[in-house]
Amino acid sequence: MATRGFFGRRRETPPRPIPPGQYLERGFPVLTAGPTQRIPLDEWTFTLAGDDGQPLAEWSWQEFRNLPETEIHTDIHCVTKWSKLDTTWKGVTIDDLLVAAGVTDPAPYLMAFSYGGYTTNLPTWDVVEGRGMVAFEFDGQPIAPEHGGPARLVVPHLYFWKSAKWLRGIRFMPEDRPGFWEQYGYHMYGDPWKEQRYWGD
Amino acid sequence: MGRLDLAPPAPSAWQSATVERVTTETYRAKTFSLRLDEPRPFLAGQHYDVRLTAPDGYQAQRSYSVASAPSDAADCIDLTVELIPDGEVSPYFHEVVRPGDTLEVRGPIGGPFTWTSEMGGPLLLLAGGSGIVPLKSILMHRERTAPEIPALLLYSARGPEDIIYRRFLGDVAQRSPQVGVCLTLTRRQPPGWNGYARRVDPAMLQDCIAELGRINGGGRQLLPLCYVCGPTGFVETVADALLAIGVPETMIRTERFGPTA
Repeated sequence: MATRGFFGRRRETPPRPIPPGQYLERGFPVLTAGPTQRIPLDEWTFTLAGDDGQPLAEWSWQEFRNLPETEIHTDIHCVTKWSKLDTTWKGVTIDDLLVAAGVTDPAPYLMAFSYGGYTTNLPTWDVVEGRGMVAFEFDGQPIAPEHGGPARLVVPHLYFWKSAKWLRGIRFMPEDRPGFWEQYGYHMYGDPWKEQRYWGD
Repeated sequence: MGRLDLAPPAPSAWQSATVERVTTETYRAKTFSLRLDEPRPFLAGQHYDVRLTAPDGYQAQRSYSVASAPSDAADCIDLTVELIPDGEVSPYFHEVVRPGDTLEVRGPIGGPFTWTSEMGGPLLLLAGGSGIVPLKSILMHRERTAPEIPALLLYSARGPEDIIYRRFLGDVAQRSPQVGVCLTLTRRQPPGWNGYARRVDPAMLQDCIAELGRINGGGRQLLPLCYVCGPTGFVETVADALLAIGVPETMIRTERFGPTA
């Protein structure tokens, strides 16, 4: 059903398709539920944990930065309707973290957890085989605190709330459980191409 | 980061709403009163998504905070839309939408940035520009459900002509000695202006917390529950300043308006 008198003002045609209901954004909006976290690098740690919460591996900033680096070029899609094309992230892939931790068979789901208490859930499949990384650089610069630095999860094929800012660790889980926004009505999976924004989508 | 105190109402599927009334708030803010086909309960602070469809099937969606209170008529919500001149959806609202039109909406959406009377206070509400919208809903809800809870609104606007809900804000402060409204006009002040005339800073927030203590009967100063809403720069500055003056992070909830066009 068309909306009376609406024709759209597509100021620019995206060079490639963007997911339904999204618009192109040149800037980089900031959306979080609380104050920006500022974590000194000498206090920063990153943990991979099992379902019992016991660490499988833990890295200091220095140790983390000694892990293999990967750069990805990708489009990102926020559930608040903006999409940003051609972003560049540098970080450590989850694959490389698992190798470094000696974890060969992680549980099928995970909860990413952050400084400040944020959590978000993902299937493990969606972060392995190059699909997800813990990024520390955005467009060639250290990630600014308001955008989730020193390090954030980047899982670009899902809505960007899944790419947790201020990442502190990942806990593997045998079953899917809702994270922070997922308890507030956001979709458990969040595929932008299927417009999985909220419960029931 | 707010805890999950109670599960807020989850969004419905898309539904239609009829525009009942259009109210001009300022030269660039209008309020659209919508009657929902399927009324949904909501919490003060939540928002709705609006979806517009062009004849060729192209769609645009945006989110707008609910300006009315949950205790208003159950089938009506007010959405206040600020005009972004080179935008896509807000100019449609401002230039085309009229009473009787049908719009597609879904909601309510949002969890951390909500307030219920069980959460108590005192409340320190900090608005930048159109960030006033969800805070108005919280103020109205507080007045109806828990008028004893002290509340102070600090509202930062560019100039006097930018103040949204001017009349409501004057009235609510008049009606209740438990409510304070402070304005800061950052770019243009009218002659004889005796309010703040600068961007929000730690000293101003200290003043507000002291004023909240005074409203609260003096003496005992309770740490306020803070809701900060506005453009990203405003929210970043204010949230950092609140932390700097000793408000714990758990008492600060934020909602940032990106450049929603």
